[in-house]
Amino acid sequence: MSEDDPVAAFRVEAAELLDSVEAALLDLAGDSTNTGLVDEVFRGLHTLKGSGAMFGFEALARFTHHCETAFDRVRKGHAEASQALIGVVLSARDHMQALIDVGTQGDPMLEMAGEAILSSLEKAVANSEGMAIPRAMPTERKGWHISFKLPPGSMANGTNPLPLLDELRGLGDCLITPRLDEVPPLASLVPTECYIYWDIVIEGDVTCEDIEDVFIFVIDDMDLAITPLIEEPESDEPVEVLPVATVLAAPQPVAKAAPPAQESVRVAAERLDELMNRVGELVIAQSRLAQLAASVGPVNELTLRAVSEDIERLSAELRDTTMAMRMMPVGNLFGRFRRLVHDLARETGKTIELVTHGEATEVDKTVIERLADPMIHLIRNSCDHGLETADDRVASGKSATGRLTLSARQAGGEVLIAITDDGRGIDRERVRAKAEAQGLIQPGAILGDGELFQMIFHPGFSTAAAITNLSGRGVGMDVVKRSIESLRGTIDIASTPGMGTTMTLHLPLTLAIIECMLVRVGEGRYAIPLSVVEECIELPAAEVTSTARRNFLDVRGELVPYLRLRDTFGTDYPADLFQKVVIVGQGRGRVGLVVDQIIGNTQTVIKSLSRFHAGQGSFSGATILGDGNVALILDVGNLIVAAQKNQRLLGERAGEVA
Amino acid sequence: MSASILTVDDSSSLRMAVRIALTGAGYTVTEAGDGMEGLTKAGAQRFDMIITDLNMPRMDGLTMIREIRKSGKQTGVPIIFLTTESDDGVKGQAKAAGATGWLVKPFNADQLVKIARKVLGR
Repeated sequence: MSEDDPVAAFRVEAAELLDSVEAALLDLAGDSTNTGLVDEVFRGLHTLKGSGAMFGFEALARFTHHCETAFDRVRKGHAEASQALIGVVLSARDHMQALIDVGTQGDPMLEMAGEAILSSLEKAVANSEGMAIPRAMPTERKGWHISFKLPPGSMANGTNPLPLLDELRGLGDCLITPRLDEVPPLASLVPTECYIYWDIVIEGDVTCEDIEDVFIFVIDDMDLAITPLIEEPESDEPVEVLPVATVLAAPQPVAKAAPPAQESVRVAAERLDELMNRVGELVIAQSRLAQLAASVGPVNELTLRAVSEDIERLSAELRDTTMAMRMMPVGNLFGRFRRLVHDLARETGKTIELVTHGEATEVDKTVIERLADPMIHLIRNSCDHGLETADDRVASGKSATGRLTLSARQAGGEVLIAITDDGRGIDRERVRAKAEAQGLIQPGAILGDGELFQMIFHPGFSTAAAITNLSGRGVGMDVVKRSIESLRGTIDIASTPGMGTTMTLHLPLTLAIIECMLVRVGEGRYAIPLSVVEECIELPAAEVTSTARRNFLDVRGELVPYLRLRDTFGTDYPADLFQKVVIVGQGRGRVGLVVDQIIGNTQTVIKSLSRFHAGQGSFSGATILGDGNVALILDVGNLIVAAQKNQRLLGERAGEVA
Repeated sequence: MSASILTVDDSSSLRMAVRIALTGAGYTVTEAGDGMEGLTKAGAQRFDMIITDLNMPRMDGLTMIREIRKSGKQTGVPIIFLTTESDDGVKGQAKAAGATGWLVKPFNADQLVKIARKVLGR
């Protein structure tokens, strides 16, 4: 974002204001007498109106003014915050967003839509107080509407409009609007001409003569209209006094849609200070190193090591500080869903209570952004189909209000986000029947709940007819799963019939850096994300020489399929005598990866593969090692699938033999 | 930097009164004794404002204003002329010549400074 673009800054600020207004409105829906919330809504609207007018969003300022007035009445006790009023103001909030998006030049269609909202606003307020508020505010104000245009050539002859405007502002509060439509293209613009003319609303104890006095030298030749404010009901209450220089410097409105707000991250100042300190220290360490390198003669090993350790510590701290800047509390994301649940409850006619826990849990900004869509889908499912209607709930002995819980917590390098409803739960048998019908599982196969419910994520699996409580709209559950996987996350489902369903998203804290275990297979080195590594064992000697491709290991009584990465990668390099097995697990799968050597742990900065290489299934990325070589990062999820395919084939063959 | 003002008048006392009033208000004042001198000074240096009498020997104020505007050296610079109440028709003439505004004689220091502030904005 350009730092000196006040309009872009306004857009960011407006988005925050609208969010806080929305949150306060939703709170107010459950607590309609809370004056603190009413004040919050009022303040938010008031600020939005003021800043909007300041930056040329006139339609927004006009529209917001009416909502603000309505809430002012609530604030003063003349009206109550009825559900109807809250509903209308919520849709008004969306309209305000649209007005901001469309930009300063406005959109007549949009403004007509705004009229409709305003008339429902009037009705809502009228119902809550017994009388309608007049749309045009009574103008008890004293003041004048002035429009003036300097005579041609007057600027060359020494009349400067700036002091004139300043003089007017000295008389009373002014809302100054420059009219720019007569400004010609640059090529035909004469710099000593004044093409701008002005509309001014001046408020205060001012006489017409005072105003005429300002223009005394030019009054005979200029266009000047001075009318009392009372005759101008549509002229809006002056909102902010514009510094004249700002008005003149304001860019001309351009007839095109406003560009989307550019991405920006808010960073706490102390985190920046911390970063600065670290960088400072790093520079010092670097100069120590340079000195060592430049010194002739044998370098003291201890000194060198000391510098190396300093740099290591500093870069680790730098990494942590930088990562921390990308972190956002997940509460921001949860906040967006309150509106969704509110709307879903209205649509479905159910009463739904939204409970959130762990809003302070921090997640990478990118993760949060990409999480919104899949979560919307999951929440829709829960509200639409998981939760029963009030009557059904009462009939099955539950409270009439359905409860949807969003919770977040951090566990190691993962963030767990759970979406829980206390609805009817998933019908196991129907899932099983459908999975069998589609040939996804063998009839009679023994599957745990977790495994069985994963079937829901198969493309084309869930349809409304098949499983009523998990029918999607728009995107299917397979898309949800894919988006979570693209964040290197997984989804678990747990469900108890009659009690409800919990979907748990396991997400990495960050996408840029992961801890990896570095292994060697043949000549190549590979990185395995440490979060999936469960244990490392030696491959039993019997397995090393075994030609029977059973490919199962007995790990403390449990059979674990394994892959020989030497075979997978087709290496000819002589095998190590003692082969190691790294047992990795992700979601429900566990698989052993046979490698030549385990080198150790390493911090890995992930570089994505080129488009050319992205299609292959074995690697999810690459990283640069300390010695400058490249190591590929194994895509464990895909390897597990490959191993399990083997397992299934073997299982089938075993079945045939038996 | 303080604004610089050129005052053109054949009466040295009036020039002095103008100088004292404006210097006291923080402006820098340059003096010229008639229209010709005024035109010469206005051709050599750009001022922030020019205050001139109309009736002067060698070159009158109207001519000087017209010539100054024609020279292009002081485009946009306010030129205030000093006049008497009775000279009503002269305002139109002076404005046509390129003057910005006027001050009616007699005037006191406050009125003069007020006019300077008005057209200069400072």
